Amino acid sequence: MHFWDASPANWVPGAEQYAKGWIECFHAYQSLGPKSTHWPIQKFQKYSEADFERDVFEDGHVDVGIFQSTYLKEWYTTGFNTLETNAALAAKHPGRLITNGRWDPREGKAGLRQLEKDAKQYGLQGVKLYTAEWREGSRGWTLKEPEAQPFLDKCVELGIKNVHVHKGPTIWPLDKDAFDVADVDYAATTYPELNFIVEHVGLPRIEDFCFMATQEPNVYAGCAVVIGGLMHARPRFFAKVMGELLFWVGEDKILFGSDYAIWEPKWQIEGFVDWNYPDEEFSDYPAVTTDTKKKILGLNAARLYGIEVPPELGLREQVGVR
Amino acid sequence: MIQGGCAQVLAALDDVYDPELDEPITALRFVSSCEVSPDGDVDVRLRLPTPQCAPNFAYLMAADARDALRRLPGVRDVSVVLEDHYTGKEINESLRGGGGFAQAFPGETDETDLVALRNLFLRKALVARQARICESMLADGAGVEAVASLTLAQLPDAPDARRCRELRARLGLAAADDAPAFVTPGGEAVAAQDLRGWLRTARLVRMSLEANGGICRSLLRHRHGLDATSEEMIES
Repeated sequence: MHFWDASPANWVPGAEQYAKGWIECFHAYQSLGPKSTHWPIQKFQKYSEADFERDVFEDGHVDVGIFQSTYLKEWYTTGFNTLETNAALAAKHPGRLITNGRWDPREGKAGLRQLEKDAKQYGLQGVKLYTAEWREGSRGWTLKEPEAQPFLDKCVELGIKNVHVHKGPTIWPLDKDAFDVADVDYAATTYPELNFIVEHVGLPRIEDFCFMATQEPNVYAGCAVVIGGLMHARPRFFAKVMGELLFWVGEDKILFGSDYAIWEPKWQIEGFVDWNYPDEEFSDYPAVTTDTKKKILGLNAARLYGIEVPPELGLREQVGVR
Repeated sequence: MIQGGCAQVLAALDDVYDPELDEPITALRFVSSCEVSPDGDVDVRLRLPTPQCAPNFAYLMAADARDALRRLPGVRDVSVVLEDHYTGKEINESLRGGGGFAQAFPGETDETDLVALRNLFLRKALVARQARICESMLADGAGVEAVASLTLAQLPDAPDARRCRELRARLGLAAADDAPAFVTPGGEAVAAQDLRGWLRTARLVRMSLEANGGICRSLLRHRHGLDATSEEMIES
């Protein structure tokens, strides 16, 4: 989830069109959720701590949330949502918010030092990587590059074991296929001690992601956008995507993500708890049980992040054994 | 002068496909306006689901539209303009000047990669179309052996089968009447014993293309305040 500031006051002079376009694009995604959950663009650009606390904790059923810091400082003066702002909010809710950091191989030695500092200061367990981020004329990078290796080594050294990779549009996406997941495949093989969570399951390249994830035991599917973008707007496609993910990736390796504030968690979680395949057409997809949903909605992430789960909330069979 | 005016122009655009979704830009509602002058000048404007839609695919659609319209009998000047896109300025200038993608973004790309990307998606499209035909035949009770032994000419004469043939021809795969109906990406016939396994993979590709198409349609509708089409009502 995110606590961002995309208000016009935070737009970098000269880059206003990108800053504006970015948040408007996110806002369009919100329209894929139920109408009663849509926000006006002004609120969507910048929402308050009170909004966050209500939407996430009071109404949203969230026990523990994970912040994915996203900088985009070429467009947003103080960043879109940085480690610092996320950590400040997390500090007000002890034990309820985990803050992930970030790194960028193009920052070289200075970036490595910053990662070390961040890891110590914030006790990082994970990072969110945005391979398509624009930086000083460069239009993105890949996990295969030699420059990325020292950062992955540093993650191993510092115990940052969860690497979330956003595969999505480049800022200036030209000939290169920015959705290509081959670099995650390479990194996952080279670093078996790290977990790689591909956010948005590689959308719009779910097939490439699934083929790769079946080969790599340490690759996980991050469900953000899948539930928010499809469950309400395109329920039959949603059923197919879930069915395929369960078949190829399996219920132990799928992680829920609300992508708040793109979508509020309440309707996504309530909808998914009640969800099943719509009809017989889906009968050859893996069954969806209460345990399947418990894993996707929390237990899988709890395992990766070492979050203690109250015994009565565990899997049915384990609860039974107790 | 163009016989049939805008109807003729739109019919020509029915053959222009979104390379990523393998659907005509007309069916996707990407054509926002069309004007034809008495002298045969054509002015077409295109709109996309978001201002950030990938410029490479945006360029391909716009350039393909321009090329399709230039082939129309009686046409004089063709103008294709991409509306409200964050690389619209670069793409539109290149389209006007007749330059390619590389000229639109000098020093930042080259045409070879774009050709490779297009071919990758032609292959995905072929897999997805074959999956749709094959799934439907099996659902109607056809046996695996019978399906695997079909030739292209024996497929039902429907849009999916016709598109498969076009895609195969473009990819340099056998596309004659007696060629096998279902082929691997390399063009080999899918054997009966492999058909179910092949379909498992192929339908994943199909699902991916269709789900992306669904998201694109929803975003476009939101952006332009459009109602759902009857096709969309059925699918959801």
